[in-house]
Amino acid sequence: MNPYRDPEKFRELALQLSQFDAGRRIRLMEVCGTHTMNIRRFGIHNLLPPGVELLSGPGCPVCVSDNSYIDQAIELTKFDDVIVVTFGDMVRVPGSYESLESARSAGGDVRVVYSPLDALEIARENPDKKVVFLAVGFETTVPTISATILRAEDLGIGNFYVLPGHKLIIPALEALLSGDNEIDGFILPGHVSAVIGVEVYREVLERHKVPGVVTGFEPVDILMGILMLLNAIKDGRFLLGNEYSRVVLNEGNRKALELIWRVFEPEDTPWRGLGVIPMSGLKLRDEFSHRDIRSVVHIEPPPPREHPGCRCGDVLQGKIKPDECPLFDTVCTPDNPVGPCMVSSEGSCHAYFKYR
Amino acid sequence: MCLGIPMQVVEIDGDIGYVESGGVKRKVGLMLLEDVKVGDWVIVHAGFAIEKIDPEEAIGTLELIREGAGRLDIPEGQKGGDS
Repeated sequence: MNPYRDPEKFRELALQLSQFDAGRRIRLMEVCGTHTMNIRRFGIHNLLPPGVELLSGPGCPVCVSDNSYIDQAIELTKFDDVIVVTFGDMVRVPGSYESLESARSAGGDVRVVYSPLDALEIARENPDKKVVFLAVGFETTVPTISATILRAEDLGIGNFYVLPGHKLIIPALEALLSGDNEIDGFILPGHVSAVIGVEVYREVLERHKVPGVVTGFEPVDILMGILMLLNAIKDGRFLLGNEYSRVVLNEGNRKALELIWRVFEPEDTPWRGLGVIPMSGLKLRDEFSHRDIRSVVHIEPPPPREHPGCRCGDVLQGKIKPDECPLFDTVCTPDNPVGPCMVSSEGSCHAYFKYR
Repeated sequence: MCLGIPMQVVEIDGDIGYVESGGVKRKVGLMLLEDVKVGDWVIVHAGFAIEKIDPEEAIGTLELIREGAGRLDIPEGQKGGDS
């Protein structure tokens, strides 16, 4: 059995957590959709001692994608010679006017894959089409896109493109900490950190005097990460910890980082709820700009608009909890989602709905 | 979306490998790793092995958890992989 799922260890740590005497209000934020999901799935939100709150931050790539990105993807489906390929999470996300799902019903060629390498395969099998992969995701996913683009170059597959929509986590933490959010500590994302490492968080967290712990995803990992943070906060210590050292190295994955920066460079990009964050997105370097679908297809989506009443943007900043949104479980449910936080299986609203 | 699954490498063919866990076998890209060997456990995300799992670190973390300290600080400058 996986020792990080050991019920006895879990009980031991759960007891430590529920008996923890915070002495004041402590707000911890997780910034990874898988943490959001697993905290609810394992019932960890029910073990918190008085005063301790868990907030879900902008950790779901689908949720933080601005409507204008989805609108561009939908425009692409209107070309007969374009195949839009995406991770499954993206399909039902409502853009300003419709989703990829409805665009597909209207005749667009939208395909779901598990890996960007599958999209490359589709490109190879359809040489007369332009195959565009919706390149969303944080630093965990970026090197997989880089590697796929380099493979397309190596294999001479000229009809493979991307619509870049990646997001970087450190500028997002900076934006959150510079705003009026009250965050006492971060449960840092395990797999983003597997790529970028631990040390890279130090500057921003130390400057704002907010501790963070890189945390794994098993029940024992998450309890451990939370306890490390609570102990540090109670003692008034700054802490940059690594609970997930079996996977995450201090310096990160050097080869993956090299791949990211060989293919991409930073640019300002809009986030749902957080607005435009400087240098928080990625564009292709000049050398690879011919792989951006917008270099060969001209798209002009109608002006973006927000879903009336949807407070996904506030949820993503931890300003409100999902069930504080008036639409939650009234008009907005996983079957009839209004906003992306309810659509995505990793969205905070979805997680709150599924595991009460 | 940054979901990663621990799987074991069972076959390597250049940049492409096959990994297995619980009877499920999957083809993955190995371009993000250096020195990966058959038998290594890796985290698989979006069809790529993104990092290796260090079995000794896994045991080390568990020992610290057993001590119940709840304190796994990394002193400044110290390598996470060494602690």
